[in-house]
Amino acid sequence: MPNVPEWLRRHPRLAFGLLAVLLAVLPFIVGAGLGRGWVRVLDFALLYAMLALGLNIVVGYAGLLDLGYIAFYALGAYLFAWLSSPQFGLHLPFWLVLPSGALLAGGFGVLLGAPTLRLRGDYLAIVTLGFGEIVRIFMNNLDAPVNITNGPQGINLIDPISIGGVSLGVRHTILGVHVFPPTFYYYLFLFFTLFTILVAMRLQDSRIGRAWAAIREDEVAAAAMGIDTRSVKLLAFAMGASFGGLAGGLFAAFQGFISPESFNLMESVMILCMIVLGGMGNIPGVILGAVLLTVLPEALRYLGAWQRATLGHVVVDPNDLRMLLFGLAMVAMMLFRPAGLLPSRQRKREFRAEDGVAGQEAASLYDAQA
Amino acid sequence: MTTLLTVENVTKRFGGLSALEAVSLTVNSGEVYGLIGPNGAGKTTLFNCMTGLYTVSAGVIRLDGVPIQNRKPHQIVNRGFARTFQNIRLFANMTALENVMVGRHARTRTGVLGAVLHSRRCLAEERDSRERSQAQMAFVGLKDRGRGLAGHLAYGDQRRLEIARALATEPKLLALDEPVAGMNPNERREMSELFLKLRDAGITLLLIEHDVKLVMDVCDRVAVLDYGKKIAEGVPDEVRRDPAVIEAYLGGAVA
Repeated sequence: MPNVPEWLRRHPRLAFGLLAVLLAVLPFIVGAGLGRGWVRVLDFALLYAMLALGLNIVVGYAGLLDLGYIAFYALGAYLFAWLSSPQFGLHLPFWLVLPSGALLAGGFGVLLGAPTLRLRGDYLAIVTLGFGEIVRIFMNNLDAPVNITNGPQGINLIDPISIGGVSLGVRHTILGVHVFPPTFYYYLFLFFTLFTILVAMRLQDSRIGRAWAAIREDEVAAAAMGIDTRSVKLLAFAMGASFGGLAGGLFAAFQGFISPESFNLMESVMILCMIVLGGMGNIPGVILGAVLLTVLPEALRYLGAWQRATLGHVVVDPNDLRMLLFGLAMVAMMLFRPAGLLPSRQRKREFRAEDGVAGQEAASLYDAQA
Repeated sequence: MTTLLTVENVTKRFGGLSALEAVSLTVNSGEVYGLIGPNGAGKTTLFNCMTGLYTVSAGVIRLDGVPIQNRKPHQIVNRGFARTFQNIRLFANMTALENVMVGRHARTRTGVLGAVLHSRRCLAEERDSRERSQAQMAFVGLKDRGRGLAGHLAYGDQRRLEIARALATEPKLLALDEPVAGMNPNERREMSELFLKLRDAGITLLLIEHDVKLVMDVCDRVAVLDYGKKIAEGVPDEVRRDPAVIEAYLGGAVA
């Protein structure tokens, strides 16, 4: 990374330790400094980091543009709700339900991947977009004839996660300090995010990661080098989808309530934006993108209160301003850092392709014309 | 001498156009076999049919007696038949070494679980892949060039890297599609030395080439394609004097 101070670079263990301590006390600092609501924002930042890391496997590593990723999140969330709420009267433990959600989502990932193997780029994006919408519409309408999803009302009273009989969904007092559910979930999500990072990192540096990169670069050459492009692509879909499903289960337990509304197209687009903004294919970049795009909109909410305080009334709705700034940020990024804030080495090179021979030729051509 | 590859009456039609018409040939184990012919004769089409990039319209292709036509490219690579491309198709944004390591894919087994858990087998396999890939690079004359980007290598070195990547799949038969195109005489000589070195290492070579001198120097046997048909086959000297070949290259009216 570019901006790491020299002394930290020389002591990676120290840097790692500092980061660990910071992550461990973060919810207390944030809770005390900014209020408990902000701990919830942190939780969501972690959830989105997981989602973005999962989608990054599909989009960043294998180069398959998936615009329906939120469907896997939805599947994980709904499975959790079905198996752990009064909806069907089932209350299975989370350690059973979360992996099932990941598995179900992974299965659907293959189901989506199989018919779309021949598609690339825009065409794949359209089909996956359709898939995402189909899942949402199913959830919206499966309340009759048999009530499965409870339709647009969604499923309520989902069991919170409880570990060893201790529910994370209620306040506990530890050593005289009140600790609230968002803080517990913070540690839980942190654990799963670290798990996701580990899996993504090791996959990237493996034979499988190289095969994904090869397919992204040149599918024909990859096939001619002995890569079964079919199964390797399906694997990317399945891996990405399972992380989506896992995050979905966590979301359902955390929120206690889910409805189809939470899984619309904008969410898929948002997760993709996190990846693009942060730096496709690069794990720190993707996490940065996820954190920024979760935290910034919340921070911008203060603009409403600020307007009321200084101008007496709200001139620009912070929600509109949010989208405006968001758009501007994306445009600025495309102009100044097209490969993302923290691009992977490989992506940086792809975007800087014009520095190569072709670029020099083009540049000299302009000189000749001028 | 045993037969390694047989092509029996292979026909490839694109709509109404027959790019290949009942082409038959046999490649023996251990030889350098040249495939020549004017532009558009169907040489690359035949390569694509053999390596699974195209399905054949009719005919049988056997490798070691096993039919391989219409199989998936990776299945054919698994059977020990690798290739390079006429217009170099490296993974330009990966390092040279990574390119060669992609070639190891067919000969390695690590799955998701092994990769994530860093199982001992996976780590050993990874180290082995790296060492073998470095060895392949040294073999083709790219020793210690692994860290640079494939796309930044000089043109001739990219050709060599493509060969190293194909070698990493441990082929019995290696098909090279115009491997010296665009090279100067000096580079061509070096490449033909590499071809002979490959043959001496026990790899059978199938070579598409235009350079008649190189073909005559390197190849044990040659087949000539013209308009999708095989018009001659034999040892280079024989083929060179074949009237049909002279006509194909110089044009009937002139000759």
